[in-house]
Amino acid sequence: MSSPSELRYTKEHEWAKLVGDGEVIIGITDHAQDALGDVVFVELPEVGDSFDAEDKFGVVESVKTVSDLYAPCGGEILEVNSALEDAPETVNGDPYGEGWIIRLSLSDNAQLDALMSASEYDAFVAAES
Amino acid sequence: MKRTPLYERHASAGARFVDFGGWEMPVRYTTTIQAEHDAVRTSAGLFDVSHMGEIDVTGENAVHALNRLVTNDLTRINDGQACYTAMCLPSGGIVDDLVIYRYSEQRLLICCNAANREKDYAWIAENLEDAVAIDRGDEFAQLALQGPKASAILQTLTEQNLADIKRYWFVDGSVCGVPTIISRTGYTGEDGFELYCPADKGGVIWDALFEAGGDALKPVGLGARDTLRLEMKYALYGNDIDETTTPLEAGLGWITKLDAGDFIGKDILVEQKESGVERRLVAFKMSGRAIARHGYDVVDAEGHVIGHVTSGTRSPTLGENIGLAYVPFGVHRVGSDIKIAVRNRIESGTIVKPPFVKPGSDV
Repeated sequence: MSSPSELRYTKEHEWAKLVGDGEVIIGITDHAQDALGDVVFVELPEVGDSFDAEDKFGVVESVKTVSDLYAPCGGEILEVNSALEDAPETVNGDPYGEGWIIRLSLSDNAQLDALMSASEYDAFVAAES
Repeated sequence: MKRTPLYERHASAGARFVDFGGWEMPVRYTTTIQAEHDAVRTSAGLFDVSHMGEIDVTGENAVHALNRLVTNDLTRINDGQACYTAMCLPSGGIVDDLVIYRYSEQRLLICCNAANREKDYAWIAENLEDAVAIDRGDEFAQLALQGPKASAILQTLTEQNLADIKRYWFVDGSVCGVPTIISRTGYTGEDGFELYCPADKGGVIWDALFEAGGDALKPVGLGARDTLRLEMKYALYGNDIDETTTPLEAGLGWITKLDAGDFIGKDILVEQKESGVERRLVAFKMSGRAIARHGYDVVDAEGHVIGHVTSGTRSPTLGENIGLAYVPFGVHRVGSDIKIAVRNRIESGTIVKPPFVKPGSDV
């Protein structure tokens, strides 16, 4: 399956989507959720926390394993998807939609450009497996 | 990585694979671990466990010869019966945990963990007196058919009356015409069978079982195998038990027959029994949402490390986070609260009486 073309991607299998004025929504890719299997817990940061690009901002736990989440770009947390507290499996079912994880105010728009495009990410995943 | 004779079937069924002790094994198929787990608890699941090792032991007095290497007492089971046992070092540490099938005084078949196969064979060959061990791991495919509907499904493919095979008994029978050891054993807590057949015939039985089972039977990977066994507090070698832990520490006193004849490790285990173990493997439930995983520290009120977690997962049956940990004797009692360092914080848990889930098998 090819990844949504409007998103940007990291080597850690997060996606970032520019929404409006300097804000991004961040989640994990379909490939990532598939590799993790049943997601049972997402450890979310607090609204107002700030991160630099590549900082650890949270944790995804599946039945089998635990995996850190890394910020694709720096900024301040505007919102976390608190629906994941009661329904973490949404990350499996709809990783690019209802399974989003955080909304961030972007400190530097150029950081998004440094991320992979959908076709680059698909090639990266293909090479990795 | 090594592959079982059923690898192609798993791949074409859409399995996700994982490296397990050097074997490329299905961790789950196309649904979720939860769905595979539920299938075994409520209907039936089929596992490819062909990675497990098999070692034949034969000799004039094979039962007594092998009995000197294991903690359980092979003289107290009958021909046609299987037993679960540990095999220990002189230190009391566990070389492996095994299921041993007793055919006769002269012949037994050992089923051992995949990752330990070479080590076990070397250890047995070195320590066995007046009997011969042969590694037959490559000759067998092994399937585990588990769940409340396992018996009904298997019965359609064999003339053997399965009601005659009690829990932990086995027969040399045949399944859809293939010579098969039909053993009423498993690693899930449900009724079910482990089937040993010639490696090149594993696929015949695999396909026939799915045809017979229809919607009632699902293929199940190692992910659910782990959650199923953990709900029963069945030990996983390399996680909960290893060469640094003794059977008594691991709560395996019930397979350690100190009143039997001599066996390797017995002296230390007798001593440990008399003076009391310093630590115990306990079952616990977490209070919060985090899962305590293998290797996490158990800490006291001051934050000092007093033990460690050996297994942890979300229990699909209970929807709670469960685990196993070694804790000091005294802390081990049911109802005690324990603290576990989870990443950068301390989470609490409570020691509970195992198993976490009542076994479904009443055979």
